[in-house]
Amino acid sequence: MTVILGQLFTGVSIGAVLLLIALGLALTFGQMNVINMAHGEFIMAGAYTTYVLQQTITDAGLSLLVALPVAFAVAGAMGVLLEWALIRRLYTRPLDTLLVTWGVSLMLQQLARDIFGAPNVQTKAPDILTESTSLGADLSIANSRLFILGLVLLAVAALTAALKFTPLGRRIRAVVQNRDLAAVSGIPTARVDRLTFFIGSGLAGVAGVALTLLGPIGPTMGTNIIIDAFLVVVVGGIGQLKGSVIVAFVLGMLQAMVEYLTTLSVAKVIVFIAIVAFLQWRPQGLFTLRTRSLA
Amino acid sequence: MNPLTNLSPRVRAWLGFGLGAVVLFAAAPALLTDFRLSLLAKYLCFAIVAVGIGLAWGRGGLLTLGQGVFFGLGGYAMAMHLKLADAGEGNMPDFMELYGQLDELPAWWAPFANPVFALAATVLLPMLVAFGLGSLVFRRRVRGAYFAILSQALAAAMVILLIGQQGTTGGTNGLTDIEGFFGYDLDDPVNQRMVYFIIAGVLLALLALTRQLMHSRYGELLVAVRDSEERVRFLGYNPANVKLVAYVVAAGMAGLAGALFVPAVGIISPALIGIVPSIEFVIGVAVGGRAALLGPVLGAVAVAWAKTALSERFPGTWTYLQGAMFVLVVAFLPGGLASLWGLLKRRREATPPAPEVGERVLVKEVAA
Amino acid sequence: MSETAGGLSIRGLRVVFDGFVAVDGVDLDVAPGDLRFLIGPNGAGKTTLVDAVTGLVKATGSARFGGQELLGRDVHRIARLGVGRTFQTAALFEELTVLQNLDIAAGAGRSPWTMLRRRGAVPDDVAYALETIGLTERRDVLAGTLAHGQKQWLEIGMLLVQNARLLLLDEPVAGMSHEEREATGELLGKVAGERTVVVIEHDMDFLRRFAHTVTVLHAGRVLSEGTVAQVQSDPKVQEVYLGHAAGHDEPVAQGAET
Repeated sequence: MTVILGQLFTGVSIGAVLLLIALGLALTFGQMNVINMAHGEFIMAGAYTTYVLQQTITDAGLSLLVALPVAFAVAGAMGVLLEWALIRRLYTRPLDTLLVTWGVSLMLQQLARDIFGAPNVQTKAPDILTESTSLGADLSIANSRLFILGLVLLAVAALTAALKFTPLGRRIRAVVQNRDLAAVSGIPTARVDRLTFFIGSGLAGVAGVALTLLGPIGPTMGTNIIIDAFLVVVVGGIGQLKGSVIVAFVLGMLQAMVEYLTTLSVAKVIVFIAIVAFLQWRPQGLFTLRTRSLA
Repeated sequence: MNPLTNLSPRVRAWLGFGLGAVVLFAAAPALLTDFRLSLLAKYLCFAIVAVGIGLAWGRGGLLTLGQGVFFGLGGYAMAMHLKLADAGEGNMPDFMELYGQLDELPAWWAPFANPVFALAATVLLPMLVAFGLGSLVFRRRVRGAYFAILSQALAAAMVILLIGQQGTTGGTNGLTDIEGFFGYDLDDPVNQRMVYFIIAGVLLALLALTRQLMHSRYGELLVAVRDSEERVRFLGYNPANVKLVAYVVAAGMAGLAGALFVPAVGIISPALIGIVPSIEFVIGVAVGGRAALLGPVLGAVAVAWAKTALSERFPGTWTYLQGAMFVLVVAFLPGGLASLWGLLKRRREATPPAPEVGERVLVKEVAA
Repeated sequence: MSETAGGLSIRGLRVVFDGFVAVDGVDLDVAPGDLRFLIGPNGAGKTTLVDAVTGLVKATGSARFGGQELLGRDVHRIARLGVGRTFQTAALFEELTVLQNLDIAAGAGRSPWTMLRRRGAVPDDVAYALETIGLTERRDVLAGTLAHGQKQWLEIGMLLVQNARLLLLDEPVAGMSHEEREATGELLGKVAGERTVVVIEHDMDFLRRFAHTVTVLHAGRVLSEGTVAQVQSDPKVQEVYLGHAAGHDEPVAQGAET
């Protein structure tokens, strides 16, 4: 039982990181119909930012705290640059955007290799996060995972509040629901798009900081996790964030449990089949905005 | 202006195939060393995959980012048979003995000892998987980016599965050291040439098949589905079936390509079929021209050749180049290099019609 | 009478979008061979009604054509029962030629073997449709390059070769010149009789010239039904159109302009 609980919690923390990544994707996909394959490299940028900061600020705890906003800004700026340079020219061609941003992701990976070297690097976590918190008899949970969970919940709460209560949030939701109407109502959609991109990419940067607590940092660290994050968006549905939130945690726990019962490699296949089966039931994902239009 | 344009399409097609046959069967073997020819054999395998992607993506709009799965299924089916044949009747393949986890051949390996079964499986297995996935997702109208992501996730899952089952699949190493090909020793250059000729012949045959498909009523319908799926539905067709045909045919081609890749290169491994190689298949198609018949073939060969030529000496530079090429072509020349010809022709004519947005940007880039 | 071949019979049709009732219990009978115009202010539920009948949106109630229930079937199955439609904005295969567009429209019943072969000669029904819509000369140009009116005609031609026995046309003359409207109206008059035609239209002048019968929808319900004269003299109709801000709602205003 305790093993299962421990496993479930691992799933929850994986789901939390997935969620942080998927939120950015869901925002941009929902609003601009853009699939950004370079999103994974924004994660990487966040992770390397943490690494660089730790070289300068030697105190692990302080550098981690500083890394959170800096990584958000660095990854966000990269997102804005990408949106401005390429993506805004391709809004009517979503599939081509996917391919173009994949080309960008290739180049960013190589850039990381040239700057930091091909081998993985590692950051040192602050002492308090390397310990575990004991919960009952023989169940203990790594503090780093608790920290990540708290961080993600905070980020989700902040994002939800921003979307609900700030003028910018209202503009974003307006553009998501009806871009043309928003435009004629005087909302500067291009600027809103860029801001959304900044926030979404910034969240990927924060996810990168979180990932430094779970494993090594390398040029291709974004590639694998990004696919899982995309699956979260596909299954969760676009236009509403709650789909991503639910699905990220469910998928994380499902993966962890199936992995426990079988093996890692079989678990991936089973989860994939489960997703295809789910889409038979809800082809548009868990939650969708319904509008009347010729699909 | 151009005497070729005055010929009927049918005559031009025959001329094209004749030219292709001369290049592949006479010029290339005469001009290239054995080593270069075996490289070309490998590129032609990629070209076969590209022909299928051209049909599914270029004509059908199905961006499949997981053709590596089908390439791999075909490749593993062939390699399993060849490994069993190398080991001899009743023996286990060498790597199984090496890892020592198994006392006897796994049951799902056994049928591949039969050459007919194995050969059929190289094509039918990928088609079956494509049919299963395709009929599930197309019927529920999962499309566009959703489909692309699912196809990519399938590639990721398959690679992890193969790596995880090291005892029976060879894990990360894959199936290596393949020595014989239906009784022929693959170390012998003559036999390597034979493999090359088979690959070239298969490519030409599949090109002919694809040309027929593209020019048939089905080909027109496929383009109609790509451009306006709902409209097709209101005409009484089920678009899911139309897409399914293209997807399954493309999967069969990728499987066949994988099967031919194994004797040509002597190995099949997860690194050859995962996410990155799967997208690289698409790069070649995009560069050559996704909707043209020959575009994907030439693009695939050119990109694979450039990769070999550049990545050995400047691995880093090649990655930048590959990424930049992909960005520039897809963003600014969506028709690929195949559309350059039409572009240039139009520019030469006195008053060119307004070029498309994408093309206009390219012209600017070139001029800069 | 409504159950004979080729008649459309709608009973208690209801369409709800996330709580918003777009069509609220419509009963509607269109006799075989009729040329029915469907009018009403924006948001009256005209297009949604057509969407429901053709399977694009889910609806409750009943819609029968030629004795067959349409609701609950897939879009392509409804189409195969002989129900064809056009859209407010022309939905053609712009990268295919006029001939290819028509050939595809004519081919839903073709065998796989026929599909896998190239088109030989132009099929008779396609040639006839080309003649009817006046595009024989332009059959090899890309549909995307046609003029606006020609696109609308090509859509109608596609319905003809599709062998639709019930044609549902959503604003077929919007944006057309006066001559094009006349030609379209005459074409519709020719088509009706052997087929049943339902036209959603805002142009009152066009309606007066060509409609056999008229149904007025308002707020998801049938407000009035009958001949053009009957409907025009119906006080309820006058109230809906003139009652809220004259000159704001299209039908009368547009009719006055033309």
